[in-house]
Amino acid sequence: MSRRQFLTSPLVGDNPITVQILGLCSALAVSRSLRPALIMAVSVIAVLVFSNLMISLLRGVIPRSIRLIIEVTFIASAVIVVDELLKAYAPDISQVLSVFVGLIITNCIVLGRAEAFAMHHGPMDSVADALGNGAGYAAVLLLVAAFRELSGAGALLGTQILPLAGDGGWYPPNQMMLYAPSAFFLLGMVVWGVRTWRPPPDSGASGTPGHLRYQDHDR
Amino acid sequence: MIELVNLTLRVMLVENLALVFLLGMCTYIAVSRRVDTAIGLGIAVMVVQIITVPINNLLYQYLLAPGALRWLGLGSVDLSFMRFVTFIGVIAALVQILEIVIERFSPALNQRLGIFLPLLTVNCAILGASLLMVQRDYGFAESVAYGLGAGIGWALAVVLFAAVRERLRYSEVPRGLQGLGLAFIITGLLAFALAGFTGIEL
Repeated sequence: MSRRQFLTSPLVGDNPITVQILGLCSALAVSRSLRPALIMAVSVIAVLVFSNLMISLLRGVIPRSIRLIIEVTFIASAVIVVDELLKAYAPDISQVLSVFVGLIITNCIVLGRAEAFAMHHGPMDSVADALGNGAGYAAVLLLVAAFRELSGAGALLGTQILPLAGDGGWYPPNQMMLYAPSAFFLLGMVVWGVRTWRPPPDSGASGTPGHLRYQDHDR
Repeated sequence: MIELVNLTLRVMLVENLALVFLLGMCTYIAVSRRVDTAIGLGIAVMVVQIITVPINNLLYQYLLAPGALRWLGLGSVDLSFMRFVTFIGVIAALVQILEIVIERFSPALNQRLGIFLPLLTVNCAILGASLLMVQRDYGFAESVAYGLGAGIGWALAVVLFAAVRERLRYSEVPRGLQGLGLAFIITGLLAFALAGFTGIEL
Protein backbone atom coordinates (compact mmCIF):
# COMPACT_ATOMS: atom_id res chain seq x y z
CA MET A 1 0.00 0.00 0.00
CA SER A 2 1.14 3.50 -0.70
CA ARG A 3 1.37 6.20 1.90
CA ARG A 4 -1.77 7.78 0.56
CA GLN A 5 -3.70 4.59 1.09
CA PHE A 6 -2.48 4.40 4.69
CA LEU A 7 -4.09 7.79 5.09
CA THR A 8 -7.38 7.15 3.28
CA SER A 9 -8.30 3.52 3.83
CA PRO A 10 -9.19 3.92 7.56
CA LEU A 11 -11.73 6.61 6.70
CA VAL A 12 -14.49 4.25 5.62
CA GLY A 13 -13.33 0.87 4.30
CA ASP A 14 -11.15 0.01 7.29
CA ASN A 15 -12.62 2.43 9.81
CA PRO A 16 -11.28 1.82 13.33
CA ILE A 17 -14.69 2.04 14.96
CA THR A 18 -17.09 0.41 12.53
CA VAL A 19 -14.78 -2.23 11.06
CA GLN A 20 -11.91 -2.89 13.44
CA ILE A 21 -14.10 -2.50 16.59
CA LEU A 22 -11.50 -0.33 18.30
CA GLY A 23 -11.98 2.66 20.56
CA LEU A 24 -15.66 2.32 21.27
CA CYS A 25 -15.90 3.54 24.86
CA SER A 26 -14.99 7.11 24.23
CA ALA A 27 -16.93 7.24 20.99
CA LEU A 28 -20.04 6.39 22.95
CA ALA A 29 -19.47 8.33 26.10
CA VAL A 30 -18.37 11.76 24.88
CA SER A 31 -20.71 12.04 21.91
CA ARG A 32 -23.49 13.88 23.73
CA SER A 33 -22.64 17.19 22.12
CA LEU A 34 -20.28 18.39 19.43
CA ARG A 35 -17.77 20.52 21.35
CA PRO A 36 -16.42 17.89 23.74
CA ALA A 37 -16.44 15.39 20.89
CA LEU A 38 -14.34 17.74 18.77
CA ILE A 39 -11.79 18.24 21.55
CA MET A 40 -11.74 14.52 22.23
CA ALA A 41 -11.11 13.76 18.56
CA VAL A 42 -8.24 16.25 18.41
CA SER A 43 -6.75 14.80 21.62
CA VAL A 44 -6.94 11.25 20.31
CA ILE A 45 -5.33 12.24 17.00
CA ALA A 46 -2.51 14.04 18.85
CA VAL A 47 -1.84 11.04 21.10
CA LEU A 48 -2.07 8.64 18.17
CA VAL A 49 0.40 10.57 16.04
CA PHE A 50 2.85 10.94 18.93
CA SER A 51 2.73 7.28 19.95
CA ASN A 52 2.93 5.94 16.39
CA LEU A 53 5.87 8.23 15.60
CA MET A 54 7.83 7.39 18.76
CA ILE A 55 7.22 3.67 18.57
CA SER A 56 8.09 3.59 14.90
CA LEU A 57 11.35 5.44 15.55
CA LEU A 58 12.25 3.10 18.40
CA ARG A 59 10.92 -0.09 16.85
CA GLY A 60 14.41 -1.52 16.37
CA VAL A 61 15.38 -0.93 20.01
CA ILE A 62 12.28 -2.06 21.89
CA PRO A 63 12.68 -5.65 23.16
CA ARG A 64 9.76 -7.81 22.06
CA SER A 65 9.00 -9.28 25.47
CA ILE A 66 8.28 -5.98 27.21
CA ARG A 67 7.03 -4.01 24.22
CA LEU A 68 3.45 -3.68 25.49
CA ILE A 69 4.53 -1.95 28.69
CA ILE A 70 6.83 0.38 26.75
CA GLU A 71 4.11 1.24 24.26
CA VAL A 72 1.64 1.92 27.04
CA THR A 73 4.15 4.15 28.82
CA PHE A 74 4.62 6.26 25.69
CA ILE A 75 0.87 6.56 25.24
CA ALA A 76 0.33 7.43 28.90
CA SER A 77 2.99 10.15 28.76
CA ALA A 78 1.32 11.72 25.73
CA VAL A 79 -2.04 11.55 27.50
CA ILE A 80 -0.63 13.30 30.58
CA VAL A 81 0.51 16.20 28.40
CA VAL A 82 -2.88 16.40 26.68
CA ASP A 83 -4.67 16.26 30.04
CA GLU A 84 -2.57 19.04 31.57
CA LEU A 85 -3.03 21.20 28.46
CA LEU A 86 -6.80 20.73 28.59
CA LYS A 87 -6.88 21.57 32.29
CA ALA A 88 -4.94 24.74 31.61
CA TYR A 89 -6.64 26.03 28.47
CA ALA A 90 -10.10 24.43 28.40
CA PRO A 91 -11.03 23.67 32.02
CA ASP A 92 -14.76 23.47 31.28
CA ILE A 93 -14.26 20.84 28.57
CA SER A 94 -11.83 19.02 30.82
CA GLN A 95 -14.65 18.80 33.40
CA VAL A 96 -17.09 17.42 30.83
CA LEU A 97 -14.67 14.82 29.55
CA SER A 98 -13.67 13.88 33.15
CA VAL A 99 -12.07 10.44 33.19
CA PHE A 100 -12.37 9.98 29.46
CA VAL A 101 -9.20 11.95 28.74
CA GLY A 102 -7.28 9.48 30.90
CA LEU A 103 -9.04 6.65 29.17
CA ILE A 104 -7.42 7.57 25.86
CA ILE A 105 -4.60 5.39 27.22
CA THR A 106 -6.86 2.36 26.96
CA ASN A 107 -8.44 3.53 23.74
CA CYS A 108 -7.61 0.43 21.77
CA ILE A 109 -7.07 2.40 18.56
CA VAL A 110 -3.85 3.84 19.95
CA LEU A 111 -2.35 0.60 21.20
CA GLY A 112 -3.82 -1.33 18.29
CA ARG A 113 -2.15 0.88 15.69
CA ALA A 114 1.12 0.92 17.63
CA GLU A 115 1.16 -2.87 17.65
CA ALA A 116 -0.24 -3.50 14.20
CA PHE A 117 1.46 -0.77 12.26
CA ALA A 118 4.13 1.33 13.95
CA MET A 119 6.12 -1.72 15.07
CA HIS A 120 6.68 -2.70 11.42
CA HIS A 121 6.76 0.53 9.42
CA GLY A 122 8.87 3.64 9.05
CA PRO A 123 8.10 6.92 10.84
CA MET A 124 6.50 8.75 7.89
CA ASP A 125 4.19 5.84 7.05
CA SER A 126 3.29 5.53 10.72
CA VAL A 127 2.34 9.17 10.98
CA ALA A 128 0.18 8.79 7.86
CA ASP A 129 -1.47 5.73 9.39
CA ALA A 130 -2.04 7.58 12.68
CA LEU A 131 -3.61 10.56 10.89
CA GLY A 132 -5.81 8.27 8.79
CA ASN A 133 -7.07 6.23 11.73
CA GLY A 134 -7.49 9.33 13.85
CA ALA A 135 -9.55 10.93 11.11
CA GLY A 136 -11.67 7.78 10.72
CA TYR A 137 -12.33 7.82 14.47
CA ALA A 138 -13.08 11.54 14.41
CA ALA A 139 -15.49 11.14 11.50
CA VAL A 140 -17.69 8.62 13.32
CA LEU A 141 -17.44 10.45 16.65
CA LEU A 142 -18.40 13.82 15.15
CA LEU A 143 -21.20 12.32 13.07
CA VAL A 144 -22.81 10.73 16.13
CA ALA A 145 -22.21 13.80 18.31
CA ALA A 146 -23.62 16.22 15.73
CA PHE A 147 -26.75 14.12 15.33
CA ARG A 148 -27.23 13.76 19.08
CA GLU A 149 -26.77 17.43 19.82
CA LEU A 150 -28.96 18.55 16.94
CA SER A 151 -31.87 16.21 17.66
CA GLY A 152 -31.49 16.20 21.44
CA ALA A 153 -31.01 19.90 22.08
CA GLY A 154 -31.66 21.51 18.69
CA ALA A 155 -28.19 23.00 18.71
CA LEU A 156 -24.77 22.59 17.14
CA LEU A 157 -21.62 23.58 19.03
CA GLY A 158 -23.90 25.23 21.58
CA THR A 159 -25.56 27.53 19.01
CA GLN A 160 -29.30 27.07 18.74
CA ILE A 161 -30.15 25.89 15.22
CA LEU A 162 -33.68 24.61 15.65
CA PRO A 163 -35.83 26.88 17.87
CA LEU A 164 -37.06 24.75 20.79
CA ALA A 165 -40.78 24.33 21.39
CA GLY A 166 -40.26 25.27 25.05
CA ASP A 167 -38.87 28.68 24.04
CA GLY A 168 -41.62 29.54 21.58
CA GLY A 169 -40.09 27.74 18.58
CA TRP A 170 -41.39 24.74 16.69
CA TYR A 171 -38.90 21.97 17.51
CA PRO A 172 -39.76 19.55 20.35
CA PRO A 173 -36.34 18.16 21.34
CA ASN A 174 -35.84 14.42 21.42
CA GLN A 175 -34.69 14.03 25.03
CA MET A 176 -33.81 10.39 24.48
CA MET A 177 -30.85 11.41 22.33
CA LEU A 178 -29.19 12.97 25.36
CA TYR A 179 -29.10 9.65 27.20
CA ALA A 180 -26.08 7.43 26.77
CA PRO A 181 -27.87 4.39 25.27
CA SER A 182 -29.00 6.34 22.22
CA ALA A 183 -25.36 6.52 21.13
CA PHE A 184 -25.53 2.75 20.72
CA PHE A 185 -28.54 2.97 18.43
CA LEU A 186 -26.88 5.62 16.29
CA LEU A 187 -23.62 3.74 16.11
CA GLY A 188 -25.55 0.60 15.19
CA MET A 189 -27.19 2.49 12.34
CA VAL A 190 -23.84 3.91 11.19
CA VAL A 191 -22.36 0.42 11.14
CA TRP A 192 -25.38 -0.88 9.24
CA GLY A 193 -25.03 1.88 6.66
CA VAL A 194 -21.28 1.47 6.22
CA ARG A 195 -21.50 -2.31 5.95
CA THR A 196 -24.28 -2.16 3.40
CA TRP A 197 -22.37 0.38 1.35
CA ARG A 198 -19.02 -1.38 1.61
CA PRO A 199 -19.30 -4.97 2.86
CA PRO A 200 -16.22 -5.65 5.02
CA PRO A 201 -13.62 -8.06 3.68
CA ASP A 202 -12.97 -11.20 5.73
CA SER A 203 -11.67 -10.25 9.14
CA GLY A 204 -7.93 -10.07 9.47
CA ALA A 205 -7.59 -7.62 6.62
CA SER A 206 -6.84 -4.81 9.02
CA GLY A 207 -3.63 -6.51 10.09
CA THR A 208 -4.36 -6.10 13.79
CA PRO A 209 -2.34 -8.76 15.65
CA GLY A 210 -4.08 -11.71 17.27
CA HIS A 211 -4.16 -10.60 20.88
CA LEU A 212 -5.76 -7.31 19.92
CA ARG A 213 -8.10 -8.73 17.31
CA TYR A 214 -10.97 -9.67 19.53
CA GLN A 215 -13.18 -11.49 17.03
CA ASP A 216 -10.91 -14.50 16.89
CA HIS A 217 -11.30 -15.40 20.52
CA ASP A 218 -14.73 -16.81 20.31
CA ARG A 219 -14.89 -18.39 16.95
CA MET B 1 -20.38 -1.55 57.08
CA ILE B 2 -23.85 -1.11 55.63
CA GLU B 3 -22.61 1.85 53.60
CA LEU B 4 -19.99 -0.34 51.99
CA VAL B 5 -22.58 -2.95 51.02
CA ASN B 6 -24.72 -0.17 49.59
CA LEU B 7 -21.77 1.20 47.65
CA THR B 8 -21.10 -2.24 46.16
CA LEU B 9 -24.73 -2.63 45.12
CA ARG B 10 -24.88 0.86 43.71
CA VAL B 11 -21.80 0.40 41.56
CA MET B 12 -23.06 -2.99 40.46
CA LEU B 13 -26.47 -1.85 39.23
CA VAL B 14 -27.19 1.87 39.34
CA GLU B 15 -23.74 2.93 38.12
CA ASN B 16 -22.91 -0.16 36.11
CA LEU B 17 -19.58 0.47 34.40
CA ALA B 18 -20.47 -1.31 31.18
CA LEU B 19 -24.04 -0.20 30.60
CA VAL B 20 -24.23 3.19 32.31
CA PHE B 21 -20.68 4.52 32.02
CA LEU B 22 -20.10 2.64 28.75
CA LEU B 23 -16.62 1.45 29.72
CA GLY B 24 -14.82 -1.59 28.37
CA MET B 25 -17.01 -1.66 25.29
CA CYS B 26 -14.46 -3.08 22.83
CA THR B 27 -13.99 -6.29 24.79
CA TYR B 28 -17.65 -6.29 25.74
CA ILE B 29 -18.88 -6.30 22.16
CA ALA B 30 -16.18 -8.54 20.76
CA VAL B 31 -15.98 -11.35 23.32
CA SER B 32 -19.65 -12.01 23.89
CA ARG B 33 -20.78 -14.39 21.21
CA ARG B 34 -21.04 -17.31 23.60
CA VAL B 35 -22.11 -17.43 27.22
CA ASP B 36 -19.25 -19.61 28.45
CA THR B 37 -16.56 -17.33 27.02
CA ALA B 38 -18.42 -14.35 28.45
CA ILE B 39 -18.39 -15.98 31.89
CA GLY B 40 -14.63 -16.51 31.59
CA LEU B 41 -14.07 -12.91 30.61
CA GLY B 42 -16.39 -11.70 33.36
CA ILE B 43 -14.47 -13.61 36.02
CA ALA B 44 -11.16 -12.30 34.70
CA VAL B 45 -12.39 -8.69 34.84
CA MET B 46 -13.78 -9.26 38.32
CA VAL B 47 -10.51 -10.65 39.68
CA VAL B 48 -8.38 -7.87 38.16
CA GLN B 49 -10.82 -5.19 39.28
CA ILE B 50 -10.96 -6.42 42.89
CA ILE B 51 -7.17 -6.35 43.14
CA THR B 52 -6.23 -3.24 41.13
CA VAL B 53 -8.65 -0.67 42.52
CA PRO B 54 -7.49 -1.05 46.18
CA ILE B 55 -3.80 -1.18 45.15
CA ASN B 56 -4.17 1.96 43.08
CA ASN B 57 -6.04 3.56 45.95
CA LEU B 58 -3.14 2.93 48.33
CA LEU B 59 -0.61 4.19 45.78
CA TYR B 60 -2.63 7.33 45.20
CA GLN B 61 -3.22 8.05 48.86
CA TYR B 62 0.37 7.53 49.99
CA LEU B 63 2.43 8.56 46.96
CA LEU B 64 0.59 10.58 44.36
CA ALA B 65 -2.14 12.72 45.89
CA PRO B 66 -1.37 16.38 46.67
CA GLY B 67 0.50 16.40 49.97
CA ALA B 68 0.69 12.60 50.09
CA LEU B 69 4.47 12.63 50.48
CA ARG B 70 4.23 14.36 53.84
CA TRP B 71 5.75 11.29 55.50
CA LEU B 72 8.91 12.01 53.51
CA GLY B 73 8.87 15.64 54.54
CA LEU B 74 7.74 16.72 51.05
CA GLY B 75 4.32 18.06 51.91
CA SER B 76 4.10 20.48 49.01
CA VAL B 77 4.74 17.93 46.26
CA ASP B 78 1.78 17.06 44.02
CA LEU B 79 2.37 14.01 41.86
CA SER B 80 -1.26 13.43 40.97
CA PHE B 81 -0.54 14.02 37.26
CA MET B 82 1.49 10.79 37.38
CA ARG B 83 -1.60 8.73 38.11
CA PHE B 84 -2.19 7.69 34.49
CA VAL B 85 1.23 6.11 34.10
CA THR B 86 1.16 4.62 37.58
CA PHE B 87 -2.28 3.08 37.29
CA ILE B 88 -1.76 1.62 33.85
CA GLY B 89 1.61 0.29 35.00
CA VAL B 90 0.02 -1.42 38.00
CA ILE B 91 -2.70 -2.89 35.81
CA ALA B 92 -0.28 -4.16 33.16
CA ALA B 93 2.05 -5.63 35.77
CA LEU B 94 -0.77 -7.24 37.71
CA VAL B 95 -2.26 -8.81 34.61
CA GLN B 96 1.16 -10.22 33.75
CA ILE B 97 1.68 -11.61 37.27
CA LEU B 98 -1.81 -13.09 37.32
CA GLU B 99 -1.12 -14.78 34.01
CA ILE B 100 2.09 -16.35 35.32
CA VAL B 101 0.49 -17.48 38.60
CA ILE B 102 -2.56 -18.99 36.93
CA GLU B 103 -0.43 -20.74 34.35
CA ARG B 104 1.70 -22.28 37.08
CA PHE B 105 -1.01 -23.38 39.50
CA SER B 106 -4.15 -24.04 37.56
CA PRO B 107 -3.87 -25.19 33.95
CA ALA B 108 -7.64 -25.67 33.78
CA LEU B 109 -8.32 -22.09 34.80
CA ASN B 110 -5.57 -20.95 32.49
CA GLN B 111 -7.34 -22.51 29.55
CA ARG B 112 -10.49 -20.65 30.44
CA LEU B 113 -9.06 -17.27 31.38
CA GLY B 114 -5.66 -17.27 29.71
CA ILE B 115 -6.71 -15.74 26.42
CA PHE B 116 -8.62 -12.91 28.08
CA LEU B 117 -5.94 -11.72 30.45
CA PRO B 118 -3.85 -9.81 27.89
CA LEU B 119 -7.00 -8.03 26.76
CA LEU B 120 -7.60 -6.63 30.20
CA THR B 121 -4.69 -4.18 30.07
CA VAL B 122 -6.51 -2.27 27.37
CA ASN B 123 -9.97 -2.70 28.89
CA CYS B 124 -11.06 0.79 29.85
CA ALA B 125 -13.41 -0.51 32.55
CA ILE B 126 -10.34 -1.42 34.63
CA LEU B 127 -8.47 1.87 34.25
CA GLY B 128 -11.79 3.71 34.38
CA ALA B 129 -12.66 2.23 37.77
CA SER B 130 -9.34 3.39 39.20
CA LEU B 131 -9.73 6.90 37.77
CA LEU B 132 -13.31 7.22 39.00
CA MET B 133 -12.16 6.04 42.42
CA VAL B 134 -9.70 8.96 42.52
CA GLN B 135 -12.28 11.41 41.24
CA ARG B 136 -14.65 10.48 44.05
CA ASP B 137 -12.05 10.55 46.83
CA TYR B 138 -12.70 7.04 48.07
CA GLY B 139 -10.84 5.74 51.12
CA PHE B 140 -9.30 2.28 51.22
CA ALA B 141 -12.35 0.36 52.50
CA GLU B 142 -14.59 2.11 49.99
CA SER B 143 -12.19 1.31 47.18
CA VAL B 144 -12.39 -2.41 48.03
CA ALA B 145 -16.18 -2.24 47.91
CA TYR B 146 -16.02 -0.22 44.70
CA GLY B 147 -13.67 -2.65 42.96
CA LEU B 148 -15.87 -5.57 43.97
CA GLY B 149 -19.08 -3.95 42.77
CA ALA B 150 -17.53 -2.68 39.56
CA GLY B 151 -16.14 -6.11 38.72
CA ILE B 152 -19.36 -8.00 39.45
CA GLY B 153 -21.45 -5.42 37.62
CA TRP B 154 -19.32 -5.60 34.48
CA ALA B 155 -19.34 -9.41 34.54
CA LEU B 156 -23.14 -9.45 34.94
CA ALA B 157 -23.57 -7.12 32.00
CA VAL B 158 -21.38 -9.14 29.66
CA VAL B 159 -22.99 -12.48 30.56
CA LEU B 160 -26.45 -11.00 30.10
CA PHE B 161 -25.47 -9.63 26.72
CA ALA B 162 -23.91 -12.91 25.57
CA ALA B 163 -27.08 -14.78 26.52
CA VAL B 164 -29.17 -12.47 24.34
CA ARG B 165 -26.72 -12.79 21.47
CA GLU B 166 -26.79 -16.60 21.61
CA ARG B 167 -30.52 -16.50 21.07
CA LEU B 168 -30.12 -14.18 18.10
CA ARG B 169 -28.52 -16.92 16.06
CA TYR B 170 -32.00 -18.19 15.28
CA SER B 171 -33.38 -14.92 14.01
CA GLU B 172 -33.23 -13.43 10.55
CA VAL B 173 -31.27 -10.21 10.55
CA PRO B 174 -30.65 -7.94 7.54
CA ARG B 175 -27.17 -8.59 6.15
CA GLY B 176 -25.51 -5.29 6.94
CA LEU B 177 -26.86 -5.32 10.47
CA GLN B 178 -25.56 -8.78 11.38
CA GLY B 179 -22.93 -8.95 14.09
CA LEU B 180 -21.59 -5.57 15.16
CA GLY B 181 -24.53 -3.41 14.12
CA LEU B 182 -27.10 -5.47 15.95
CA ALA B 183 -24.77 -5.85 18.93
CA PHE B 184 -24.78 -2.08 19.37
CA ILE B 185 -28.54 -1.87 19.23
CA ILE B 186 -29.01 -4.66 21.78
CA THR B 187 -26.51 -3.02 24.10
CA GLY B 188 -28.49 0.18 23.77
CA LEU B 189 -31.66 -1.63 24.79
CA LEU B 190 -29.91 -3.28 27.75
CA ALA B 191 -28.52 0.09 28.79
CA PHE B 192 -32.00 1.57 28.72
CA ALA B 193 -33.20 -1.29 30.90
CA LEU B 194 -30.50 -0.51 33.45
CA ALA B 195 -31.36 3.16 33.25
CA GLY B 196 -34.47 2.10 35.15
CA PHE B 197 -32.28 1.95 38.25
CA THR B 198 -31.27 5.62 38.03
CA GLY B 199 -32.51 7.69 40.89
CA ILE B 200 -32.47 4.83 43.37
CA GLU B 201 -30.60 6.06 46.42
CA LEU B 202 -28.75 3.36 48.29
